Amino acid sequence: MTMKASNRQVSGVTVVDLSGRITLGEGSTVLRETVKDLLSKGQRKILLNLADVTYIDSSGIGELVSAFTSVRNQGGDLKLLKLTKKVHDLLQITKLYTVFDVKDDEAGAIQSFK
Amino acid sequence: MTNRVSYALDSTLDSVNHAESKASEAAARAGFSEDEQYNIAMAVREAAINAVLHGNARDPQKKFFVAYETTEDALVITITDQGPGLDPGALPDPLAPENLMKSSGRGIFLIRAFMDEVRFRNVRPGTEITLIKHVGRKAADKEESQ
Repeated sequence: MTMKASNRQVSGVTVVDLSGRITLGEGSTVLRETVKDLLSKGQRKILLNLADVTYIDSSGIGELVSAFTSVRNQGGDLKLLKLTKKVHDLLQITKLYTVFDVKDDEAGAIQSFK
Repeated sequence: MTNRVSYALDSTLDSVNHAESKASEAAARAGFSEDEQYNIAMAVREAAINAVLHGNARDPQKKFFVAYETTEDALVITITDQGPGLDPGALPDPLAPENLMKSSGRGIFLIRAFMDEVRFRNVRPGTEITLIKHVGRKAADKEESQ
């Protein structure tokens, strides 16, 4: 299953609904291009909804880290929403769970950007 | 009783997906739980990525080889590339503060996290990595054996 990304605006925050696999190749590329495009449009409050992301490999983890760094470097913030257990465990193992601001509730996540 | 299947694969991302898919099937046949199947498949995916990207450098003239062997008490998967060789001792620790925010370098760390035993062998030219997962072995047993 390839990865899909769609964006919506909620109270000044861009919510990116991702679905599928963030893996080496197309999945990682879609994420990179999506974040790059948002930053080029000046959208720097980004919430990645990972509820429907079924799988992330080391390349996908690297892409999340790169996206986070890119957004922070431009004075913005990138947060993660609704991790599946697999993705949660992966971020725990790699000690990235505490690096990312991870949220379970979309409304609360949107509020936290203010 | 031992059951062994092996494949020679092109240095492509399609082959990485193929190796991952076959690993999942082999893990299911060996009786591993769904969680374990997922972890084994991910370990194989990471090893295959290393073989394609870092070992064979996507050279279309080079293959990588994957063997799935089911023994009475374990699933043994061997992935061999035709690259310049790998020194696993020289790999940086991805959990070190200075490496935590790097965009790469987590593949072998994840392989070690998900498998019971991981062995490297320089086969000149190339690297052979052997991944072993014991059937019915709990995480606590793994910790005790380390």
